Amino acid sequence: MLRIPCPWCGERDETEFRYRGDATKVRPAGDASLAVFAAYVYERDNPLGWHIEWWLHVAGCRKLLKVVRHTLSHDIHAVLAPEDEPVLPRQESGR
Amino acid sequence: MQACAGAFRALSWRTEMPPVPESRPRLANAERASSGRYSGWRLLREGLTGHRGWSPAWAKAVPRPRYRVVIVGGGGHGLATAFYLATEHGIDDVAVLEKGPIGLGNVGRNTTFIRSNYFHPNNIRFYDFSLKLWEGLEHKLNFNAMVSQRGTLNLFHTEAQRDLFTRRANQMRLLGVDAEALSREAVKALAPLVDVDNGRFPVLGGFLQPRGGTVRHDAVAWGYARAASEAGVDIVEQCEVTGIARDGQRVVGVETTSGFIGADTVCLAVAGHSSRLAAMAGLKLPIETHVLQAFVTEAVKPVLDVVLTYGASHFYVSQSDKGGLVYGGALDGYNTYGQRGTLPMAEELAASAVTLMPGLARLKVLRQWGGVMDMTMDGSPLITKTPIEGLILNGGWCYGGFKAIPAGGVTTAHLIARGSLHPLAAHLGLERFVAGRTVDERGVGPFPYAH
Repeated sequence: MLRIPCPWCGERDETEFRYRGDATKVRPAGDASLAVFAAYVYERDNPLGWHIEWWLHVAGCRKLLKVVRHTLSHDIHAVLAPEDEPVLPRQESGR
Repeated sequence: MQACAGAFRALSWRTEMPPVPESRPRLANAERASSGRYSGWRLLREGLTGHRGWSPAWAKAVPRPRYRVVIVGGGGHGLATAFYLATEHGIDDVAVLEKGPIGLGNVGRNTTFIRSNYFHPNNIRFYDFSLKLWEGLEHKLNFNAMVSQRGTLNLFHTEAQRDLFTRRANQMRLLGVDAEALSREAVKALAPLVDVDNGRFPVLGGFLQPRGGTVRHDAVAWGYARAASEAGVDIVEQCEVTGIARDGQRVVGVETTSGFIGADTVCLAVAGHSSRLAAMAGLKLPIETHVLQAFVTEAVKPVLDVVLTYGASHFYVSQSDKGGLVYGGALDGYNTYGQRGTLPMAEELAASAVTLMPGLARLKVLRQWGGVMDMTMDGSPLITKTPIEGLILNGGWCYGGFKAIPAGGVTTAHLIARGSLHPLAAHLGLERFVAGRTVDERGVGPFPYAH
């Protein structure tokens, strides 16, 4: 069970949240090429390590959170507001 | 490097294998001891002579410096690809590199189901081809994989769900695949443990694919490894690939924990870790890695002789030949490389099990484990060339990797040997993501955690 420290509600079980995927993808400009849009929609870094991702606190404050989580140890390094720029820990410190 | 874009561009990829160097020493293969043919007579003879005549099922090869084809990953798909390369295309200058021992990856972690009850016509054709190969596999491999076509039964609980299943069953029958509608009474007769009248999600009926069933997954890995080894393939265990060597946009070999191994063609068959291997070649894939979990209860006498799926939540169960009930469910829902179970899923699946079959409440769960899978953006696999010349990808198997092993092996071997896509896997290329031809069985869109 992940325990996610929501900045607005406090530490809660993962079952209160809905995962919304990779938070590093930035929508390209409207006139970008098909290939650029395909990369935005489909391609993922899928790292083994720290991952910046969206979680929606559906059974709580209903806010969208930016979470820095390790994809092997599941450690949560930071939970931020959507506009915040996370600072990643050193990769090897995840486990 | 943008894999999708590259794949779309490169319609002019080479369509032939590069010329093969003529002579090379085949010492490893020549010295290889055969495990001999397995049969009832042999078992009897060995039984009478103290079982001293058995030899290892496959040779533990030491890698040579160069191969025509190097397959990364000694799981079901890697071994099957090597086997069909050697037996159907005459290419036995092949090494399968496995970072651990054979059989401990996803091929030994799944819930062992085989079936072809899909909706998308291309999926039905591909998976039914696989099912037909399963039907003849044990003779082909001379290995008892305990293929058991006990039937796959999907329950439905609402009229809308019945209509959806009817549509799928009709689609299957149009393509010549078996599917039968069962009434509530027939469900009750086939699976007496199911509480068809339960107050929460009463069962209205079910759809049966009689040819679906289970296969002993370890035996699949061992059987393919033995048959491939016998056919001349080098199976190298405890050899982890740490880099993919390129000359410009052409693959030339792999860096491993046993040193550099040259190759004309490198095939990645490492589902679960495809993104990491592809990143070594500078590629980014339409894949996220997620965990699927499985559970097994203590062994009981036969109570369920069909593979059963629950229509009211994501839950599937069968009884193994040892007697334990093997069951599994959906993804945890967030990216992970952790090959382990989690408690929310244990709770959810226990709840599903007991709602469907209240009698199971008396059983103890013995084990829980996880396997990590490539979840693609459309929920369908990838058997494809890549923008790197000579680099072939077999991956993105989502929930369907185990049942697809024979078909995945045949079509991937075809792609490696002939340089062109096998007609049954022509829809599984990377270019589909740019071309807008995604094969989205459930129609959920580009959200891997939702497939």
